[in-house]
Amino acid sequence: MKKILIVDDEPNIVMSLEYTFKKKNFEVYIARDGSEALQIAEDKIPDVVLLDIMMPNVDGYETLKQIKKNKHLKHTKVVFLTAKNKATDIEKGLQMGADKYLTKPFSVKKLVSEINELLN
Amino acid sequence: MNNYLLISIIIAYLALLFLIAFWAERNSKSKWINNPYIYVLSLAVYCSAWTYYGSVGIASQSGISFLTIYLGPVISLPLWILVMRKIIRVSKQHKISSIADFISLRYGNNRFLGALVTVICVFAIVPYISLQLKAISETFEIITDDTSYVSTSVFDDSTFYISVLLAVFVAFFGTQATDASQRRKGIMTTVAVESILKLVFFLIVGVYVTFFLFDGTSDIYKQASQLDNFKQITSFNGLESGFNWLFTIMLSFFAIFLLPRQFHVAVVENDRERYLKKAIWLFPLYLLLFNVFVIFIAWGGNLTLTGDVNNDYYTLLLPLQNNNIVLAMLVFLGGFSAVISMVVVSTLALSTMVSNNLIIPYGFLDKFIKGNPEKNANYIKNIRRISIFSLIIIAYFFYIKFSYELSLFSIGLISFAVIAQLAPSFFIGLYWNRGSAKAAKIGMIIGVLIVVYTLILPFVVNVLTGNNSFVEKGLFDIKLLKPYQLFGMDFLSPEAHAFFWSMFFNTFSYLTISLLSKGNYRERNYAEMFVNSSNYANLQDGAFIWKGEAYVSDIRSVLNRFLGEERTERALHLFNLKYKVSKEEEMADARLINFSEKLLTGSIGSASARILIGSVAKEEPVSLLEVLKILEESKETIAINKALKEKSEELIVLTERLKSANTELLEQDRLKDEFLDTVAHELKTPITSIKAASEVLVEGDDMPSELRTKFLDNIVSDSDRLARLIHNILDLEKLSGGQEQLEIESNQIDKTIDKAIHGISQIASNCKVKIIHQNGEEIFANYDEDRMLQVLTNLLSNALKFSESEKGTIWITATQKKKGIEVVVEDNGKGIPKEDINYVFDKFYQSKHQNIKKPIGSGLGLAISKKIIESHKGKIWVDKKYKKGARFLFTIPN
Repeated sequence: MKKILIVDDEPNIVMSLEYTFKKKNFEVYIARDGSEALQIAEDKIPDVVLLDIMMPNVDGYETLKQIKKNKHLKHTKVVFLTAKNKATDIEKGLQMGADKYLTKPFSVKKLVSEINELLN
Repeated sequence: MNNYLLISIIIAYLALLFLIAFWAERNSKSKWINNPYIYVLSLAVYCSAWTYYGSVGIASQSGISFLTIYLGPVISLPLWILVMRKIIRVSKQHKISSIADFISLRYGNNRFLGALVTVICVFAIVPYISLQLKAISETFEIITDDTSYVSTSVFDDSTFYISVLLAVFVAFFGTQATDASQRRKGIMTTVAVESILKLVFFLIVGVYVTFFLFDGTSDIYKQASQLDNFKQITSFNGLESGFNWLFTIMLSFFAIFLLPRQFHVAVVENDRERYLKKAIWLFPLYLLLFNVFVIFIAWGGNLTLTGDVNNDYYTLLLPLQNNNIVLAMLVFLGGFSAVISMVVVSTLALSTMVSNNLIIPYGFLDKFIKGNPEKNANYIKNIRRISIFSLIIIAYFFYIKFSYELSLFSIGLISFAVIAQLAPSFFIGLYWNRGSAKAAKIGMIIGVLIVVYTLILPFVVNVLTGNNSFVEKGLFDIKLLKPYQLFGMDFLSPEAHAFFWSMFFNTFSYLTISLLSKGNYRERNYAEMFVNSSNYANLQDGAFIWKGEAYVSDIRSVLNRFLGEERTERALHLFNLKYKVSKEEEMADARLINFSEKLLTGSIGSASARILIGSVAKEEPVSLLEVLKILEESKETIAINKALKEKSEELIVLTERLKSANTELLEQDRLKDEFLDTVAHELKTPITSIKAASEVLVEGDDMPSELRTKFLDNIVSDSDRLARLIHNILDLEKLSGGQEQLEIESNQIDKTIDKAIHGISQIASNCKVKIIHQNGEEIFANYDEDRMLQVLTNLLSNALKFSESEKGTIWITATQKKKGIEVVVEDNGKGIPKEDINYVFDKFYQSKHQNIKKPIGSGLGLAISKKIIESHKGKIWVDKKYKKGARFLFTIPN
């Protein structure tokens, strides 16, 4: 089973994502902000992290940096899922080493297929 | 008195003068020499033997008309502050050394004009000098009582030796420097000393006559009024006499400016402009003192001296008649002083003119170009020395031949009348830039010819032929050409008459010819510099316009010949420093040409300086229009530079303001972008949530029903959130744009607070948080109640959001303060983190520290509250010092 870590501070969004990925046979972990995400990631070594950018405490960029630094997480893919959709934002996210950059609002179906594509 | 004793006294006196001059030259920095009093006393060179002896003579014969000669200067003196100051400034600026130089330069370094002025001056002054010599000779005879002895040969005549001694004195002290525009402190100091002596001695004899020979002024008056001609000599005879007075006053008015000796002492020897301020009251005082006793000595002489005596010498004869030899001796020395100072200064001034404006420009320039500096300096000095001797010797022979027939007074007046011919070109030229060289020349020549015809010719003809028919019948027996009654004008004295006609024609020709002919560019250039001297003072050498080609090295070599290498180098160094010109510059510009001409002007006169510099410079003619244009431009450049500087300062300030305005705009733009970004982000969040939940529901046929209900609830709450957000954004924009019309009414604040509490009481009781409202006395205030409810609800729900369940308490109170009502909302929650406290009122600012369970906030609540309070002209803020929780306060005026 693939492990997915969903990092977002909007509980309603998280709820939909959690339901969807569980249904697709993912092992789903939830974090409300960056620091929580890093703890869980270190512990569970997820295959993919779905990461929001604008979050309290530790934001998505910082979280990505920490994940990239972490040796245990070198196989973990990181996907940004954010409302920030300006070209400069996308470029910045990819440059920092994100594997994918997806914008909100998103189609659940498409999101799932993008994640599957990334993991295969 | 013994002849030889007198000669020894004279020699001792002259030796004293030499010593004083020598001492003054040695101590040229001493304050005894450099002060306004020396300047004022040297002006008194005006009082010559004519004043000392002649005034008494004229007073005894024709009464108070002698005063006219002093009234002119006295009237002119207040004008000195304006006119003389201008003359002095221009002269100093151009290193002018004589009146001939002044006029020649005003009309564009005109060589002929300089020479003409020199000739006129020599013509006017040499006879005047001879009259002074005559006074020495005659008083010498009177005091030695040697009437039997008449000198038969020049070498027997003591006056001749005295003249030679004077020439030596002038030649020695007058030619110390080659630069004639430099001051001669030695000579001026002796002149000042002599001015004191002649005044004191004259006052002594005045007191002696009035109070010792007679019993005071009223006694003399009483006795004199018994005389036959008393009425005639003390009254003012009608209009004709009035004209005589007027013209004689004008004559002396001009003389005080134009006499070469006066120009020399007043202008060339002036050290500081401020000395003029002393002169304008001290010099008239001097003249007044000199004239106090004239009339009494004249009456005294008329009363006591009978027989064939010369009225001019009453001053000397009165003490002699009473055997007061010592007093007579003092009078003699006083007169002698008056003569010496006049002769010395006149010869000095004339010799400078003769050498610089006549001899050098008309004959010695070629020689100078070849000579070396030392030789040239000696040449120049020698030319001046020879001029000095020649002038005095010519004056001496003129006296021997001619002057027996004339009184001091009339020769003096003739001299004044001739000199007055310089007046139109001098005075008008100083204030009218159209005056041209041609006009000046023709005016002067016509004026002098008229004076010759109406004043000098009758005298000469009379002396030579002994026949008076020329005067009585006129030239070729034409009545209208009678020299003393030209064109039938028969009511003026010969001098006033000559003055009137000569000035009339002179001025007339000067004005008309100036208007008709334009003069060349150089003339107009100098005319501008003289007339508008104050304008060009800043421009200095830049006011001179010159176009052409000249090498600095050529000019340097010309200067070398006159100044020597050392002085030339120093001068050029100063020039380079002053105008920031490079030492390596090969080509000379107009400023250097002008600067060099000025350097030479003092030594060889302005006309010669121009010719010499011209000999090494290829000058191109400049059109008159161009000259005026360039002058106008340089004047304007200074003004424009000033204006430009001011403008650029203004611009700097404006640019600064623009910059800060721009920064502000950029900042506002950035904030706007940021706001839009945030709005977009905030809107996307609930939309994303709604969309995701909907998709999940569409796909999830197998979803348990509780979960389905939960997703549906989520959709509902997110839709609410979206609606609220949109409402708030629009609300805020409405408040910011000032479009919102507040419905302000008088309300009781505590009632409004109760309404707000009631609105959220349900939520509060759910959270188990107490809200305490302390009702005080009734407070009314003017506000829009709906808006006020919005603010209160926002503050209360914020407090609720951060309050702990069970323990949480919120206090809300309203109190009346001086400036209005104050409402305080405080809670005992966790308070506002330090880093947030300054931003809580910003749009979309949501604390990072609020509960993980996201409160139902749009991030706009406090921003909207702030707008509302501000539109009520109130203030809202956070109490930063409050530690127990959060404490919000606002005030509005009631």
